[in-house]
Amino acid sequence: MDFLVQIINGLGLGSIYALVALGYSMVYGIIQLINFAHGDIIMVGGYAVFVAMVQLGLPLWVAVILSIAVCTLLGVIIERLAYHRLLVKNAPRLSLLITAIGVSIFLQNLFQLGFSSSAQSMPVMFPSKVITLGSIQLSFSTVLNILTSVAMMILLVIIVNKSKMGKAMRATSEDAGAAKLMGINTNSTIAFTFAIGSALAAVGAVLYCNTFHQITPYMGGMLGLKAFVAAVLGGIGNIPGAMLGGYILGVAESLTIAAGGSQISDAVVFGILILVLLVKPAGLLGKNVQEKV
Amino acid sequence: MDAMLTVRNLDVYYGAIHAIKGISFEVNEGEIVTLIGANGAGKTTTLHAISGLIKPKNGEMTFCGANLRTTSAHKIIKLGLAQVPEGRRVFAKMTVQENLEMGAYARKDRGRLGDEFERIFQRLPRLKERRRQVAGTLSGGEQQMLAIGRALMSNPKMLLLDEPSMGLSPLLVEEIFQIIQDVNKGGVTVLLVEQNAKMAMQIANRVYVMETGNITMSGQAEELRNNEQVRKAYLGG
Repeated sequence: MDFLVQIINGLGLGSIYALVALGYSMVYGIIQLINFAHGDIIMVGGYAVFVAMVQLGLPLWVAVILSIAVCTLLGVIIERLAYHRLLVKNAPRLSLLITAIGVSIFLQNLFQLGFSSSAQSMPVMFPSKVITLGSIQLSFSTVLNILTSVAMMILLVIIVNKSKMGKAMRATSEDAGAAKLMGINTNSTIAFTFAIGSALAAVGAVLYCNTFHQITPYMGGMLGLKAFVAAVLGGIGNIPGAMLGGYILGVAESLTIAAGGSQISDAVVFGILILVLLVKPAGLLGKNVQEKV
Repeated sequence: MDAMLTVRNLDVYYGAIHAIKGISFEVNEGEIVTLIGANGAGKTTTLHAISGLIKPKNGEMTFCGANLRTTSAHKIIKLGLAQVPEGRRVFAKMTVQENLEMGAYARKDRGRLGDEFERIFQRLPRLKERRRQVAGTLSGGEQQMLAIGRALMSNPKMLLLDEPSMGLSPLLVEEIFQIIQDVNKGGVTVLLVEQNAKMAMQIANRVYVMETGNITMSGQAEELRNNEQVRKAYLGG
């Protein structure tokens, strides 16, 4: 039974990775950019919750909405200020990547300046009940994480497959030139993708705060890197793949720690990535698309 | 009367390369006009300039009185100018139905789309059979039909077609050209870019011949079909 509990705890942790991985995957899908500033958007989301709840004493639901709004806006602003001109001028992808790293360092330093580099404690956000299912006991936050991530993925799949904007996103990611010929404003479609990815990151930030109870200006670094690994593991650009990658990472980490290997849990995570890519370079659910000419 | 599409002294550069060297041509309402020429003559570049995918250096381009040079690429289809791009460029991971929906993306009268689907499926019945299929699984000919159907979903006044015969068997080329003629009879003006000069000149009213960024000849299709130079260079003697 303990094994099962560890797996479910791993899924809870993996849910946070999964939500962050979705943002990486969507942005990569549409402009082939690994947005290294994405992890730091979660950090900003965490501080938004902190400011709202601790400094302003606002209720939880206001803090959540505020965090989502701040991250969404930040994602769009980053795209407009940092990436947009490079995209329009057809700059090499490497320039975009370096810019993304620059944005990441900028955000980390900005928040260090504003909030100091020491960790801030988060208050209790959701009731810390223990949920008993048969003979297994789970923390409320684990269950909340899993349910939230699944709900978000379903919502995202519906948006991408059914809405007009979602279809425009898919068309733009396949062939931006042809999408323009159809009358799709690819600029606003790209901005919309950043907005959705960042909103999901904010949800991830709320779950992170509730799970780990403390935030630092650098928390986006490792979290972002692991989420990126999750996205690549599942097949970057693929929505269910990003989720799957996140869950696998979370479970692997949780099981390694339970087996007494907490010192090497990160090594295990990245080891899995290397193994999977050796066997399946496009990721677990990724496809090597062959273009028909 | 003014032409529907007018291009005057168009200059396009790719970096230092002067790809289009000050060409002028026009297309009148109801016509089929074809732009023929060898690979690399600048035909596709010309179409990309018209549809805003590349920015020309100099020149004027107007469509139904609207200045195409100051219109962003995604707004050009709203003027009634739709393009079937070279290599079809259907959205391979989306279904046939979704591809057609994308063609109607810019339309405001979305309530009428049902009729439009019916019209397209009547003209291209094979798309109807395959409407739930992902476009990447279609054959080359079917993808070309989808690309044409997708462009027609915008209910355009003029259709720009870039090498619709590329990579297709002679039988399919016949079929595609028949479709183009039918579309034209239905009231859509056509600008057709082709390397298959023989087929293009059979259905066109007027012809422009392009060579290395210049228009070197132009005239009525039947005139040029009998022109010695054209016969030698483009019609296989």
